[in-house]
Amino acid sequence: MIKKVRTHVSQEEALLFEISSPGKKAYQLPELDVPPVDAASVLGDENVRADIAGFPEVSEVEAIRHFTRLSTHNFAIDYGLYPLGSCTMKYNPRINELVARTEGLAWAHPYQPELLSQGCFEVMAALESALLEITGMDALTLQPCAGAHGEWTGIMLVRALLESRGNARKKILVPDSAHGTNPATAAMCGYSVENIKSNDLGMIDLSVLERAVNEDVAALMVTNPNTIGVFEENIVKACEVLHAKGAMVYMDGANMNALVGITRPGDFGIDVMHLNLHKTFSTPHGGGGPGAGPVAVKQQLEPFLPAPRLKRVGDHWTFDHDRPLTIGKVRAYYGNFGVLVRALAYILAHGGPGLRNATLDAILNANYIRKHLEPHYDLPYKSPSMHECVFSDDRQAAKGVRTGDIAKRLIDYGFHPYTVSFPLIVHGALMIEPTETEPKRELDLFIDALISIACEVDCDPEMVKKAPHLTRTSRVDEVAAARKPVVRWTPAAG
Amino acid sequence: MLDAIGVSSLDNLYSHLPAEVRLNRPLALGPGKSEYEIVDYFRSLGEKNAAGYASFLGAGVYRHYRPVLVDVVVSRGEFLTSYTPYQAEIAQGALATIFEFQTMICQLTGMDVANASMYDGSTAVPEAAMMAMRITGRSRILVSRAVHPEYRAVLKTTARNQQMPVDEFNYESASGMSDLADLDAKLNDQTAAVIVQNPNFFGCLEPVKAVAELAHKHGAMLVVAFTEAVSLGLVAPPADADIVCGELQSFAISPCYGGPFAGIIATKEKFIRQLPGRLVGQTKDSHGNRAFCLTLSTREQHIRREKATSNICTNQALIALMATVFMTVYGKLGLRDLAQQNLAKAHYLGNRVNRRFRASYFNECVASTGARTPAAVNEELLKRKIVGGLDLGRFYPELSDCLLLCATEMARRTDMDIVAEVVGQ
Repeated sequence: MIKKVRTHVSQEEALLFEISSPGKKAYQLPELDVPPVDAASVLGDENVRADIAGFPEVSEVEAIRHFTRLSTHNFAIDYGLYPLGSCTMKYNPRINELVARTEGLAWAHPYQPELLSQGCFEVMAALESALLEITGMDALTLQPCAGAHGEWTGIMLVRALLESRGNARKKILVPDSAHGTNPATAAMCGYSVENIKSNDLGMIDLSVLERAVNEDVAALMVTNPNTIGVFEENIVKACEVLHAKGAMVYMDGANMNALVGITRPGDFGIDVMHLNLHKTFSTPHGGGGPGAGPVAVKQQLEPFLPAPRLKRVGDHWTFDHDRPLTIGKVRAYYGNFGVLVRALAYILAHGGPGLRNATLDAILNANYIRKHLEPHYDLPYKSPSMHECVFSDDRQAAKGVRTGDIAKRLIDYGFHPYTVSFPLIVHGALMIEPTETEPKRELDLFIDALISIACEVDCDPEMVKKAPHLTRTSRVDEVAAARKPVVRWTPAAG
Repeated sequence: MLDAIGVSSLDNLYSHLPAEVRLNRPLALGPGKSEYEIVDYFRSLGEKNAAGYASFLGAGVYRHYRPVLVDVVVSRGEFLTSYTPYQAEIAQGALATIFEFQTMICQLTGMDVANASMYDGSTAVPEAAMMAMRITGRSRILVSRAVHPEYRAVLKTTARNQQMPVDEFNYESASGMSDLADLDAKLNDQTAAVIVQNPNFFGCLEPVKAVAELAHKHGAMLVVAFTEAVSLGLVAPPADADIVCGELQSFAISPCYGGPFAGIIATKEKFIRQLPGRLVGQTKDSHGNRAFCLTLSTREQHIRREKATSNICTNQALIALMATVFMTVYGKLGLRDLAQQNLAKAHYLGNRVNRRFRASYFNECVASTGARTPAAVNEELLKRKIVGGLDLGRFYPELSDCLLLCATEMARRTDMDIVAEVVGQ
C-alpha cells in the first residue's frame, strides 16, 4: 500500500523560448555614470553581433514562476529518502549555504593580494588539516573539482612518481566492481586497464591479485568499502602485494561515508586517494554538481602535488608556486573554493565525535534495510554490509520484472530509486544507500514500499513493468532520445 | 534498530574490520559547534579578506551584479538537493532547465550543440583539444600566448600523458592580438587544433575569422575559448570556430576565490558524438507528452568505461542553473545593455590610462605604469581602498611594467578617476 504520497495538481510549464514575447524584460540596469560609447565605432562593425536570436524575453514574475514550476517536477532529498548507492545523498544543512555566501569569502577574487585573502587561506588550511586527520594521509590538494577529476589527479601523481624513478609502467588494475570513472581515468593518464575478478564474497581475490601484479603494474585502483558495500578485509595484504612490486594503491573515496572516525585509509596502506566532498561531507549535489575532489597522498607523492601549495610564512599564509616536481595545475586558481567552505562548516558542526556517529548511523541504517528486505529480495553477497547493501532482481526476474522496473515503481511510493544495474558484478543490482540522516520512520516506509512491490511483482508484474503510474511524466523513451538526438530547442522541434 | 538487526552496540557494527585497521582513538577534531559559532567563525574569516574595497581585477574572474532571482531559484531544495537526473520521470525540472541551458549556450556562441556543463573554463580547454584530436586523428595543439595563462597551464598538465604536444604562438607586441604570421609558420599537417581566446587575456578582440581561415587551410580545427561571457551580449559570436569552450562565471556566479564556476563546451552538430560529459535530449513519455532525459550516454564513462570520451561524471549543474537564471533575467535585451555598460565603463577608464595595446577591447585593457612598477601602483591604490589590476609580470615577463585593468558595470566613475590618476597617463 502506498502510504507516503498522494497525487496533487502540478503546474504545466512551457520552455522559456515558448513563453517569451518581444520587449519583455526582468532587469533594470543603473543609469550609466560615464558617457556611452558606440560599439561599432570602438569594436569595428564586423565585431558587433546582431541580437541573440531566440534568447528569452520574459518578465520577472514569469521568470520566477517558470523556475518554481519546473522545480516542483523534481524529486529531492528535501522531499525524502534518496537511496542512490555510492552517491551518499544525505541531508544538506542550510547553514552551509549561508556561510558560503559570506561577503568577504564569496566576493574574494583569486588574484587579490594574499594579505587581503587570509580568510580564504585559513578556510583551506583548516579543511586540509581536518581531512588529513580523517584520512590518515600526509598531504593534500584541494584543487580537483569532483571525484573523477581527483582520480585523474591521483593517477597523474602516481605516474609522475614512477617516471621520476625511471619507469612509468604500463597498466592500472581495476576490480570488476569498480566505478566507470576508474578505467576512464586510467585511460586518460595513458595507462591500459586490466580488470581483476572479484571472489565469491565480492571482494578482491588475493590470489588473482598476486598473479596480476608485476613490474608493468603502476597501481591498483580500489574502492573501499567496495561497490557492494563490503569492507575489503584483505586490504592490508592487498596493499603489501602491490608495494612489494613497487606499485601503488589508489583508493576511490566515493564510499568514505562508511569509514570516517572508525578507520583511516592512510593506516591500512593506501598511497593516494580522493574524497568526494559532495558525498561524505554533505555539500549539495545540485542536480549533478558542483562537487570537489581533494586528493590526499603519502609523503613520497607530496612533491608532485598540483601547484601552488599553501605555505605558512611568519604570521600569515602564502602560496608556494616554486614546486619543481609538480604535475602542474589541474584547474585554474585553487579549486571549488565555495564547496570547500561548505565542507568545512559541516566538519565543524559535527566535530570528531559527530562525524564518527554519522558513520555508525549510516552503517546501522543500511543494515536495518538489509535485514528487513532480505526475505523478499535476493542478496547475492552475504558479507557484512557497511553503509550500503546490494540486492539482485533474481527472484523478480523470474516474473519478467527487472531492477529498473522496481526502481520506477518505487517512484509511485514517493521514493527516489536506488542505484540501478550497478555494480556490474551483480546481475540486476539494486544498490541501496540510505545514509545516516534518514529517520527510522522514513526507513520503515521505504522497506514497506519495497516489500509491497515484491508482492505486486508476484500478483501483477505487468503493472510494475509500466511504472511509474502516479507521476506527471510517465516512463520516458530514452531509446528514441538517443536515436535522433534533439539537444536544443528550435521553433520546429518545440 | 540495533535489536532488529541483532547487534548489541553501535561499536559492534564494524567489529568485522581487521583489528589492526580500526581507529582506536577519537578523531582530533574537537567537539561539534553550534550554528551561531559557525556563522561567527566564517564571518570573522570573511573580514580578514578584502572587504569593502573597490576592485579592478578581471583576468578571467569578473565582478558582475548578481540578480536576486538567481539565489532564490538555486536555493530551492528541489534543485539544490537533487542528484544527477538519471531518473527522468522525477527529474523533469532539472532536465528542462539543462535543455534550456544547452539551447541558450548555442544561441550565444553560434554553435549547434552544447553539453550540460564542464567544471570550468580551464578544464574545458583541454577537453576541447582532446576532442579535436579524436576528430582529426592528429595530435599537435597550437595555443595562443594570449589565452589565459592558467588555462594554458591546465592544458599542459592534461597533455602530458595524452601524446598531445602543445606549442604556443605569440601575440603581436603592438596590437595585443594573436600573431597570425607566427601561427602560419607553426601550423602543419600534424596540427589538430588552434586555440585562441576572444576577447583574449588582455581584453583584446581577436581576428577570429582570419585565424579560422589559417587553421582550416591546414586541416586543423579552430577552438575559441572565452572567459568573459558578458562580451557575447555584444561581440560577434565565434561562428567560424569548430569548438567553442569557455567560462560562465560572469553570469551571476560569485568570484568565490576562483570557484565553483561553470564551463561550457559547444560544437557543430556533426561532432556531437565526440562531446565529453552529459547531454540532455528531448523525447516523449509513454503518454506522448514531451519529456527530457540524459542522452547519448554511450560516450560516457559509466557505459563506455576506458573508451569514454572523458572521465567527467559530476559536473557543475547548480552553477549552470545560476547562469541559466541570469540569462533569463537579462534576456535578449538585457545582455546587450549590460555588455554596452561594460564597454562604456572600460573605455572611460581605458581612455584615461596609457594603453599598451592598440587592438579593440571589451571590458579589460592593459595599462603601462611607466616609471613606477605595477606593484607600487597597486600599493598606492590599496591605500585608497581600491584593489588595482593584475600585475602582468606574473605571467608575462615582457609585460612586467603593465597592469591588466577591468571595469565592469559595477565600477564607479569616482573610483575609475582615482585609478586613472594613480596609474597615470
